[in-house]
Amino acid sequence: MTIAISKPSRLLRNPSLVVGLAIIAAMLFVAIFAPLLAPHDPYMQDITRRAVPPVWYEKGTWDNILGTDQLGRDYLSRLIYGARVSLLIGFSVVAISGVIGTTLGLLAGYFGGRVDTFVTFIVTVRLAMPVILVALAVVALFGGSIWVVIAVLGLLKWDRFAVVVRSTTQQIRALDYIASARTAGASTAWVLLREVLPNIAPQLIVIATIEVASAILMEAALSFLGLGVQPPLPSWGLMISEAKSYMFFSFWLIAIPGTALATLVFAINLAGDGLRDLITPERS
Amino acid sequence: MLIYILKRLGLALIVALTVSVIAFALLRASGDIATALAGEGATPESIAVIRQTYGLDRPIPVQYLSWLWDVARGDFGQSYFFRTDVAGLIFGKIGNTLILGAASLAIALALSIPLGVLAAIYSGSIIDRAVTMFSLMGQALPSFFLALALIMVFAINLRMFPASGADSWRNFVLPALTLGYYITPPFMRLVRAGMIDALNTDYVRTARAKGLPARRVVFKHALRNALVPVVGLVAVQLGLLMGGSVVVESIFALDGLGYLAYQSISYRDFPVLQGVVLLLSLAYVVLTLLSDIINAWLDPRLRAA
Repeated sequence: MTIAISKPSRLLRNPSLVVGLAIIAAMLFVAIFAPLLAPHDPYMQDITRRAVPPVWYEKGTWDNILGTDQLGRDYLSRLIYGARVSLLIGFSVVAISGVIGTTLGLLAGYFGGRVDTFVTFIVTVRLAMPVILVALAVVALFGGSIWVVIAVLGLLKWDRFAVVVRSTTQQIRALDYIASARTAGASTAWVLLREVLPNIAPQLIVIATIEVASAILMEAALSFLGLGVQPPLPSWGLMISEAKSYMFFSFWLIAIPGTALATLVFAINLAGDGLRDLITPERS
Repeated sequence: MLIYILKRLGLALIVALTVSVIAFALLRASGDIATALAGEGATPESIAVIRQTYGLDRPIPVQYLSWLWDVARGDFGQSYFFRTDVAGLIFGKIGNTLILGAASLAIALALSIPLGVLAAIYSGSIIDRAVTMFSLMGQALPSFFLALALIMVFAINLRMFPASGADSWRNFVLPALTLGYYITPPFMRLVRAGMIDALNTDYVRTARAKGLPARRVVFKHALRNALVPVVGLVAVQLGLLMGGSVVVESIFALDGLGYLAYQSISYRDFPVLQGVVLLLSLAYVVLTLLSDIINAWLDPRLRAA
């Protein structure tokens, strides 16, 4: 399975993966080099230049290519800094949820029996809780900030990792090389980390892409509802929320961050789809 | 079969109790209930009176049990903000959410079944790829962005449907479209995958070999089997539907459970939030229990698990 990924020719024959990865790479580049790329300070307000339309409108200027928002801040600069918030939250959430879910799934799938019953029970309890309401409530209690959003989503969204890792581990546990590693005297930790984990890596990567996309959308929804990232930080969900009252006159204030958000999530899901075809060639 | 049902019922009960402990803890974590009930500017004396009247001076486990007993009898406590009982508040609003949920589900199924079947029959073709793209786009489009775009086009520009409220069926059109499109992708993927599997089974090949018309093979034999897992997904997707309805109902000011939950969070009205969380969790537990039992009844092999 891992050999297939490293073959460049097969990678190039997978357009979903190539296009998806290209868009993600471009967005990452923009996010990392935001201070160099942004034409203006994203927090700088200019009351005399409020809601200037983008350059392709009649009243647009090249000074603010994507126009300015209701407080006169340069929209392109805010959009560029917004990519940072989305990507930081997407990847950090998955770093937390991935570790929690993978650990639970590995333990349940490898040991079976009571451990499995217990993990299945926690997963069921977690699935019974409405994520968005619990997340909104926790943010309301602890106050909105990037770190609270990352922590609450990371601690809530590990269920898919746990479920998939559990069933994949169950299949791998029965294979010969695990038995031979154990006979050779390898410790349980060694078997789990050095034998099982590398072999479920392809599945893990696919779930991770789905979860990054889902976390980005979730942050946008929380921020849109006013219980996520707080102003004046530029988050795409928050930008849409702030522009809501100006929608009638300046719909582009909503369309621009909305399109950015949809493009990023689309690219991640596209790459995830391509990856899945790559590791399970019989599906395509 | 009976043993299987009892085992699943036992598990469901333990899950429900665990969720109730979490919901109880949520309200306790939100701050002092007596102070919140007394309202702003209450004297320490009146807070003390409330603490005693509501039994908030008793040990926590005793409070939990008495709360659980109240919940079991349908008493979810008092709303801080609306100053009425939570159960009445919830049941007054649940109708709108059920209508929205049913309409969205109908839209999602009306989209996903034909498209999923088409994609499966012409698997690997342009049609299949177009359907996959449509599904990926549905997953990528934030529901609140789609909602605002629909409002802009159909409420503001064309004036076809109202942008907010819940007075007539016209108020439900845009919210149901938003939510329906939002939950379509998982259904479409499942129908497509189920159809591809079903079309490759022996009995479908036999039906084909017997010379039955292609249309009959697809609809009578394959589709029926492909739809079985879709029924299960409806239960599991309740969470997605509910999460979406919090966002969608808030945008369209559709006075349902999701909007109520959002309001209760904004007003820090935690007894209401606790009631909604508890109710949704119980609905999930009951629905998954039912779908497990139905599946075990349909497929005896599952009973061993």
